[in-house]
Amino acid sequence: MMSRLTVFGLLGLVIKRDLLLAMRRRADVLTTLIFFVMVVSLFPLGVGPEPDMLRKMAGGVLWVAALLASMLSLPRMFSADHIDGTLEQMMLVPQSLTVMVLGKIVAHWMLSGLPLVLIAPVLGLQFDMPADAIGVLMLALLLGTPVLSMIGAVGAALTLGLRGGGVLVSLLVLPLTIPVLIFGAGAVEAVSGGMDAASNLSLLGAFLLFALVFSPFVAAQALRISME
Amino acid sequence: MAINWFKYSAPSTFYGLAGKLTPWFAWPAALLFAVGLYIGFFVAPTDAIQSEAYRIIFIHVPASILSMFIYLIMAGYAALGLIFKTRLSAMMASALAPTGALFAFISLWTGALWGKPMWGAWWVWDARLTSELILLFLYLGFIALQASIEDPRRADKASALLAIVGSVNVPIIYYSVQWWNTLHQGATIKMTGTSMHVAMQQGMFLVLAACWLYAIAVALTRVRSIILEREANTQWVKELPEVKQ
Repeated sequence: MMSRLTVFGLLGLVIKRDLLLAMRRRADVLTTLIFFVMVVSLFPLGVGPEPDMLRKMAGGVLWVAALLASMLSLPRMFSADHIDGTLEQMMLVPQSLTVMVLGKIVAHWMLSGLPLVLIAPVLGLQFDMPADAIGVLMLALLLGTPVLSMIGAVGAALTLGLRGGGVLVSLLVLPLTIPVLIFGAGAVEAVSGGMDAASNLSLLGAFLLFALVFSPFVAAQALRISME
Repeated sequence: MAINWFKYSAPSTFYGLAGKLTPWFAWPAALLFAVGLYIGFFVAPTDAIQSEAYRIIFIHVPASILSMFIYLIMAGYAALGLIFKTRLSAMMASALAPTGALFAFISLWTGALWGKPMWGAWWVWDARLTSELILLFLYLGFIALQASIEDPRRADKASALLAIVGSVNVPIIYYSVQWWNTLHQGATIKMTGTSMHVAMQQGMFLVLAACWLYAIAVALTRVRSIILEREANTQWVKELPEVKQ
């Protein structure tokens, strides 16, 4: 008989498996990243190249683009495992489904959120952002993008296997992510305006902890509903 | 005598009860609408600052209050349905959603009409307008999720979970938006005394009561249709006089 896994062992296994699967199909990860870069690059073309205006809107544009990019990759969080039956097997395993969902959320963030955090400074330079604003932007994205993956997991689980699930999940999740957008972009704006971004960043951190406690459990319940 | 608390939680018994109750809510609603709007448009004095344009308050405020309140009631029914596995609760939740969305829409619409003469713009990105818009999005998400799941039991449970997650988020969204920007006038009705004329208050509370009764009447009517649709294959539905003909 197999020895029972510890919680962290299980978490590590799920993350490792999802990362390995993603590395076998790198195109999926790159698509999200390219989408992010493309959306951000469209804004100067749409509103004009004046550096003053671009600097002012950079934080908001990058955040909205990050929001859209993370929506784009949400339907993939559970669907491949759902189609080939892996998800059903995972639910039969006598281990906590909540922990496994948390593992999938972490893997999803490492594949869709983390690349955005890392490429954001380059895009920030395109918008002529000052160095301190870029630093805060990265920190805010680092705190905020995991929340997007967590709220998104609930939406992805609820819409599992539905027709038009991709658009539907955005419809459900986007309104719920508005606080993240407000304080994420607010942090950048505060620094650009010469103020302290600490309050915005603290609130983002609070959202992260709040989502970390509840969202894996809620997403696991949502999966149970969808798989019944 | 033991009371059976769950008697009317069965769709078959509630169907008849809802049918009997509907007129008791619908007619008073019509009456109160008429009286409330009459007071609002003809009796209440003209506002010193906003002149006649303020009169849209008699529709705007009740609609806003109900749009928020119905979301909470809906989430409450959704939670009941998830916890006690009562089918009727989920049906009530889905019966309330369109009414809530309608009130949110009316609130936005009248807000825009009011904003034009007051602020000089149809739409401003003020905190309360924005959170009302987000509330409308939440309603639409609920309705869209329910519409896209074919299995009614899964649709009930999934949308119930969404409503609960949404209701946890509503205060967070509300305060986020408020800190983000505030341009809207402060609340006129406070718990301790108000700055309004008595006739204005009366008109507004009458319309509020009317909207309330209207929402109940419409939800009951809609839940009857949902019950008929879901239970179409059962014996008791086939024996209903309105189905038999």
